[in-house]
Amino acid sequence: MKQPNQDLLNFAAEIGAEDEIVVRGGKTQWEVGGLPSSSAREVKAPAGVRSFEPEDMVVRCGAGTTLEELAQVLGESGQMVPLERLSEAQSDSKPTSAQPTIGGTLAVGHSGYRRLRYGPIRDLLLETTFVDSEGQLIRSGGPTVKNVSGYDLCRLMVGSLGTLGCLGEVVLRCHPIPKRSQWFATNANPFALLGLLWQPSSILWNGRQTWVLLEGHPEDISSQAEANGLEDCAPPHNQATQPHQQRPTSYPQKLTASWQRFSLNPAILPSLTDHFKAESFVAEVGVGVVHLPSDLRMPRELLPIDDARSLTLQRKIKSRFDPRGRLNPGRKVWDENNLAATASSAAAPASAAVN
Amino acid sequence: MGSDPKKLDLLLSDLRSILEADRVRTDYLERALYSKDASLYSGEDPTAVCFPETTQELADVVRICSEHNWPFVARGSGTGLAGGAAPLSQPSVPNADSGQKAATDTPIADTTTSYNSPVPVVITTTKMNQILSVDGPNRIAWVQPGVLNLDLTRHVSHLGLHYAPDPSSQQVCSIGGNVATNSGGPHCLAYGVTSAHVIALKVVLPDGSIATLGNESPEPTGYDLRGAFVGSEGTLGIAAEIAVRLTPNPPAIKTLLAVFDSVSDGAATVSGIIAAGLVPSALEMMDNAAIGIVEAFTQAGLPTDAAAVLLVELDGLPEGLAQDEQLIRQVAASHSVREIRTAADAQERELFWKARKSAFGAVSRLAPDYYLHDTVVPRTRLVEVLDAVYEIANRHGLKVCNVFHAGDGNLHPLLSFDSRQDGVLARVALAADEIVRASLAAGGVLSGEHGIGMEKRDYMGLMFTAADLAAQDKLRSCFDQKSLANPFKVIPSGSGCGDVSALSSGGKTTSGSGEVPALNSEDATPLSPTVAINKPVPEGAWI
Repeated sequence: MKQPNQDLLNFAAEIGAEDEIVVRGGKTQWEVGGLPSSSAREVKAPAGVRSFEPEDMVVRCGAGTTLEELAQVLGESGQMVPLERLSEAQSDSKPTSAQPTIGGTLAVGHSGYRRLRYGPIRDLLLETTFVDSEGQLIRSGGPTVKNVSGYDLCRLMVGSLGTLGCLGEVVLRCHPIPKRSQWFATNANPFALLGLLWQPSSILWNGRQTWVLLEGHPEDISSQAEANGLEDCAPPHNQATQPHQQRPTSYPQKLTASWQRFSLNPAILPSLTDHFKAESFVAEVGVGVVHLPSDLRMPRELLPIDDARSLTLQRKIKSRFDPRGRLNPGRKVWDENNLAATASSAAAPASAAVN
Repeated sequence: MGSDPKKLDLLLSDLRSILEADRVRTDYLERALYSKDASLYSGEDPTAVCFPETTQELADVVRICSEHNWPFVARGSGTGLAGGAAPLSQPSVPNADSGQKAATDTPIADTTTSYNSPVPVVITTTKMNQILSVDGPNRIAWVQPGVLNLDLTRHVSHLGLHYAPDPSSQQVCSIGGNVATNSGGPHCLAYGVTSAHVIALKVVLPDGSIATLGNESPEPTGYDLRGAFVGSEGTLGIAAEIAVRLTPNPPAIKTLLAVFDSVSDGAATVSGIIAAGLVPSALEMMDNAAIGIVEAFTQAGLPTDAAAVLLVELDGLPEGLAQDEQLIRQVAASHSVREIRTAADAQERELFWKARKSAFGAVSRLAPDYYLHDTVVPRTRLVEVLDAVYEIANRHGLKVCNVFHAGDGNLHPLLSFDSRQDGVLARVALAADEIVRASLAAGGVLSGEHGIGMEKRDYMGLMFTAADLAAQDKLRSCFDQKSLANPFKVIPSGSGCGDVSALSSGGKTTSGSGEVPALNSEDATPLSPTVAINKPVPEGAWI
């Protein structure tokens, strides 16, 4: 049996079994689910890549490792873990003080903008060691791509906002870096494109314009682009490299921290234009993630309804894993009002929804 | 508890108030049939076998069991290979030592008398076999749990879609069973295991209530109960309706067969392909013993003198495929490949795959019985663990062949034998035990796709600490307070919180020390197979 390393033992000791604690990563999604209680003691998870075997395509690292460090280590062997979210891909600069960490990204559970191709973030986590509310180290899953060895507590940790346990170390599944990544702009119907393109990495739509990310062999990308009338465009993050430059309107709006993120049934995305003006939103087509600026409100009827019996189970799980509520107090994983949005934003007046 | 025939009568009468008599079966033969799955592990004859057809009927049956405090076991097609669907009324397998199956000829009431809890009711989902809805553009289907894996793919093929997880038993195994064990299959290398293809679930919880776990949106609020449910082997409830992702059929496919004169060259080629940045849709290996068996059965033209063949499948767009094929040929050439064939057409591709998928059916030509194993090791340790498997089988005088998912390190050593020989079952059990330990020692895991069930339950302590297991048990108890759903499976008995605190109070701290004494870690012993099966094997079945 694998023994926990000293960093993990220290992390568990630091968390202990007594007071309220909050785990901080890069604080890039700090308000998701509500601000953590200010009286809670702040702790940080161990950082650093512990082991990486390119031939196994798995990497073991501390939960406090930044996405940037992980990308650098894996990149040297031509691999990656596609965790980056759209707002991060669009980020103008990357100040060293606000680097998203792997643990934070997993705990929030928002998938990267290439989910359409690589699947949700939860499928990238193979094993985790977390610290429970008693200060014990708990390991779940295993370091192999396939594993059915008991209950999958890893899945519970993704998107839990650290309310069931504090991620200390994780094993992630890697993917090869594609030979070429190319964004395209088009006026074509994004929903039709979804059926026509082979494994697109991302399709973004703002109600008027569509952007497509294709990755793979250059020849395949060119032939797909040609067959579907797609035109090359710069990636969303490159436009901002010249700060003086006005962002061309033909690019999707730049998402800032104040934008809200919603999770909708992907089948209802075509109806977004019935509720919002074109160019006022960014939708991840085929996935169902919709980004809205803070002054717009998502109509209730578009949001999925949470199942009441399932909410009862969630509460039971929380109370069994953290009976005293000491792990990341203040952060809410579900909305008692049965709303689906986890984004925190000032309540906007209902009239803001354009009809 | 359970010894009172009146309690049994009350249970049966309540069940028969929901389902007509022929869907609550209690005759001897029927019960005996449902005492085991496709593995060597036998459970006990269930109290009754129920056949619900709708979600409501399923919920009613479970609710009645719960009201009577009667345990129950969900069962799909019965193709499980870890004893997961075999009913147990106690932690140990009855009469394991004598090699005799327990209580097969006793009257129904008596089967409940000897143990502390009654023998579970088996709830079979075979009659819940409707495809409820298919949304082609959004690539989602809702199905009942008894829908057969391959039937779903056939049903949506006209839309250019398929259901990606493809266990070798896909002609006969059910999607509900796939959910229970988080099944894999050759094409999971690129497309992911069952969990990656289950979007949402409507489940019947162990108290008979109905809950929806997840929904069709990508990031449902709350904890991922959907993810926790997949692979829980029927211990958290029973899936009644399953939303699965459908996958577009690839525009082009290339299937290559590479022949090697040593297993290590084949394994090095596997690693080389991955290191070169390719993730084929499938990467399967057969060793010499398997090639011989398969070739005699399928006449696929495999060289019977080869040490190993590697089946590589690529899918995607034509130009990239051509380049990838060249790259694979280069990698294989650098590892002394003897020959590489590319399937010329769909027919030849099917023949290659028939060879792969019929291996475990064909093995019955070799000996009447077999024990099929399932462990996963890091890809880089494949050769070393395979060598250990050969050595172990040799030492116990057993025939072994290996047909496995090399791409993800998922080994399937198959021990074949004749159970009529004296003492052979004991040798099989010993060899199986050593194979598990060798895999774990190489940094592997207990099971890749068959699950824990009965077979690996008492090995959980080799992989997890007492605290790890207690955390798993916490999750279980949130779903099933009364421990009625498939009792005595997955988690070894004695993993509950009470036992962990007992350990703590014994002076051994469990707080962050990492020195938690592992339950049974030194003295784990396998549950002995109680009876060997010898039944006709459908073509292409089992793994």
